Amino acid sequence: MATTEEIRSELAEIVNEVTGIPVDDVQLDKSFTDDLDVDSLSMVEVVVAAEEKFSVRIPDDAVKDLKTVGDAVSYIEKAQAAA
Amino acid sequence: MTADARELGQTETLRHSAVLGLGHHRASRVVPNSEIVDAIDSSDEWIQQRSGIIERRWATPEETVQMMSVSAAREALEDAGIQPGQLDCVIVATVSHLMQTPSVATAVAHELGSTAAAFDISAACAGFCHGIALASDLVRAGSATHVLVVGVERLSDITDPTDRGTAFIFADGAGAAVVGPSDVAGIGPVVWGSDGEQYDLIRQREDWRDVVASPSPRMPHLVMQGREVFRWAAFTMAKIADETLARTGITTEDLDVFVPHQANMRITDAMVRAMKLPDHVTVARDIAHQGNASAASVPLALRQLVLDGEAHSGDLALLIAFGAGLSYAAQVIRVP
Repeated sequence: MATTEEIRSELAEIVNEVTGIPVDDVQLDKSFTDDLDVDSLSMVEVVVAAEEKFSVRIPDDAVKDLKTVGDAVSYIEKAQAAA
Repeated sequence: MTADARELGQTETLRHSAVLGLGHHRASRVVPNSEIVDAIDSSDEWIQQRSGIIERRWATPEETVQMMSVSAAREALEDAGIQPGQLDCVIVATVSHLMQTPSVATAVAHELGSTAAAFDISAACAGFCHGIALASDLVRAGSATHVLVVGVERLSDITDPTDRGTAFIFADGAGAAVVGPSDVAGIGPVVWGSDGEQYDLIRQREDWRDVVASPSPRMPHLVMQGREVFRWAAFTMAKIADETLARTGITTEDLDVFVPHQANMRITDAMVRAMKLPDHVTVARDIAHQGNASAASVPLALRQLVLDGEAHSGDLALLIAFGAGLSYAAQVIRVP
């Protein structure tokens, strides 16, 4: 099972690939929209890439609750644990 | 099926098909973002960031679906060196010819001076690539020697100018191709399909009968669930694009040109990333100055690349179109 830091780090690489935001900026307390300026279309890209990377399903209904990087990491952790 | 003495005459064995010529008609009214932002409480910056659209083309009253089709068709026939009388079939892909019947294709054929078989197809934004697939097989099997395929839309007629999700996207225009026999294969196998489970994602808002029954009838505009469409278009379609290359027996390294349906620049960008397209592949980005002209978008974009010298005769171009239905079709062609 991947650690929280491993998931954050891999998610940061995805965010970097989609948006160009430096990986070091993608920290758990950062808001996707307010701090990182990730818009809803980029968020879809991040989510789909994360689904493939972490072998989880993140439905559109759940995406709107993922406000911060930490929200996304804990969603992925729970989804992996449930799998 | 068992044979009996009454054999049915058949056309000759399969031959190769190719796109012989291309044509286009851009609707003439240039509509910048500044002209539409007030009605959707938006900004030029927001529209460009969300869609890559700087301006779009809308038709004048004179630029009807038929007029734009004929204009694009004449250019394609001339480009192919084919006379209208040599056509055996005319296929028009459109969702915005607002006469239920007859098809606009018969009127287009007549105005060109042709009595060829003529019919419309309804596959929304995927219509042109469906038409190319049909035309290719008609030529290959011998049902036709030359087929005219037109993709045409006047989406401005069915776009709600106050809908924040669609008002800045849709546009008008026509693109055309002449498909005919060839010594070498010029049109690869089609990869196509549908996903009717997502029938509601892009559609006409209501049935015409409900419009008529309404106390204050208004045009049943197009409605779209953008986020879900984005997810499907950008990722599922990137996989279809990869499958099309595999079916054709080539890789992205062999490809010269990529012409995805000009739905949204963000979809194109996401597809390019998902497909890991190498830098040498020219990517059509016609949407910036045309908007999304549905069935016309792929031929408009391809023709422009040829005119701009960015696509050359003999280049291998991957065409992929996708839209309402949901429906999609893709094939690799040799640029005429």
